[in-house]
Amino acid sequence: MSRLLIIAEHDGRTLNQSTARCVACATAIAPAALDVVVLGSDTGAVAAQAAELAGVTAVLAVTNAASGSALAAILAPQVAALAADYDYVLAPSTTFGKDLLPRVAGLLGVPQLSDVMHVIGPRTFQRPIYAGNAIVTVEVPPGTKVVATVRGASFKPVSGGNTAPVRAVDVAAPLPTHTRFVELRSGKSDRPDLQTARLVVSGGRGVGSAENFSLLYKFAERLGAGVGASRAAVDAGFVPNDMQVGQTGKIIAPELYMAFGISGAIQHLTGIKDAGTIVAVNKDGEAPIFEIADIGLVGDLFEIIPEIEKRLR
Amino acid sequence: MQKIIVCLKRVVDYNVRIRVKPDGSGVVTEGLKMSINPFDEIALEEALRIREQGKAQEVVVVSIGPDDAQQQLRTGLAMGADRAILVQTTAELEPLAAAQVLHRVVEREKPELVLLGKQAIDDDCNQTGQMLAALWGRPQATFASRLELSESSATVTREVDAGLEVLQVDLPAVVTTDLRLNEPRYVKLPDIMKAKKKPIETLAIESLGVDIAPRLRVTRYEAPASRSRGMMVKNVDELVAALRDRGFVA
Repeated sequence: MSRLLIIAEHDGRTLNQSTARCVACATAIAPAALDVVVLGSDTGAVAAQAAELAGVTAVLAVTNAASGSALAAILAPQVAALAADYDYVLAPSTTFGKDLLPRVAGLLGVPQLSDVMHVIGPRTFQRPIYAGNAIVTVEVPPGTKVVATVRGASFKPVSGGNTAPVRAVDVAAPLPTHTRFVELRSGKSDRPDLQTARLVVSGGRGVGSAENFSLLYKFAERLGAGVGASRAAVDAGFVPNDMQVGQTGKIIAPELYMAFGISGAIQHLTGIKDAGTIVAVNKDGEAPIFEIADIGLVGDLFEIIPEIEKRLR
Repeated sequence: MQKIIVCLKRVVDYNVRIRVKPDGSGVVTEGLKMSINPFDEIALEEALRIREQGKAQEVVVVSIGPDDAQQQLRTGLAMGADRAILVQTTAELEPLAAAQVLHRVVEREKPELVLLGKQAIDDDCNQTGQMLAALWGRPQATFASRLELSESSATVTREVDAGLEVLQVDLPAVVTTDLRLNEPRYVKLPDIMKAKKKPIETLAIESLGVDIAPRLRVTRYEAPASRSRGMMVKNVDELVAALRDRGFVA
């Protein structure tokens, strides 16, 4: 009877959608028990949201004043203590999960799988290497705890409607004081979140400047889309790094991805290959982005975007 | 501080497009250009800048790999590292084993700071730094885009999904580097000549008492499913019509 634990990602108020994607991955593993743990200084609201996720057996609420800012050094000993009762420990392959889970695996002395993108069997998984240029099938031998991060773009979030029981759990683990949260500076905007948006408009080096990106923001607002960028645009300083789409940025799977002035370096394509429909607009008809685009148009984005807007009803 | 350790992994060069072997047994690496993992190169650059500001005495580069990994350590020395340690093995280590080996080196060298890339561009695991911090019982600051040091602590700006997070960690600590921390310097010819005189110590991995046997079984390598080329439209009217057909715009 296998038991699986998912570490919920949240900001203290709202459960991150990456958790529902982890549950989808866990469902494919089909454990006897599928629990979600919410660690935080105030877990009530998030635990209630986790309890709604389809397929969840129980939610563990581990409340500790020290867990407020989700520091890996603080959370890892708590997760490692809980992990004793589980055969699987999963976390989303977001910066939260990537930071935390290897520390958990290190404390447990077990190997970790990163970026699980497909469940082949209960102990057999696929994950990308070399920036997605190769896919490996990895087996975790019997008797070894499965500790893995889950690539969100590869799994659709499970639906709600469940009413799993929420249990308050005390974890007795000594917590360090050597790591302190100072601040979070977020480029918060009213636009849909890049990682969960249904539509994404994205710009590359071809956009030319930070000022020119306003054209994309305006267009995205019209569509109700999130806005992304290529690494080239981020490195050129047009936009902040949290907008970067690609292997070293965010890996996303929107229903529609519209790439303007993006040539399509392999590391960018890795970040969008699970998108539903990819539209590419680029001046260079030879740009690699056209090799994978569902709809391509060769032309000047500064002429084309206003033309599209004119035709929207 | 006295000492910074920088971990350098030897990987297939960033500009080489790798191919999967037809029999699915691995990727073709024979004869390819090898380099320092780019994230590790950024880590080394940061360590050198800290030393050049007079905030550290010594920068030691460490690699785990075959004899040929001396090439990458030599490059590190040419960039400016003071000395190098090669933990020799022809085996490919999983991140946990690499972290255990590095932990042994760290116990011996007692650095105040360990810098390494957030991930290696071959296995893309993004684990080794965090695992080392766990084994060592010290703080970690991953995905660093800015690092400021004081006597006993480091203030690190981290690139996270929600934006930029700032942490303060007590030293000693492990910091993993992201792309925007710095731009590594180019190696100049005189530095390459000078680096030939700098010491590379080699340690047999067996002497460290770490079980490096793989704990996971990789059974198959394959090329990714590729998206196929779609259609080209001639003008904006056709583009909007195609989006309308798919229900994306009204």
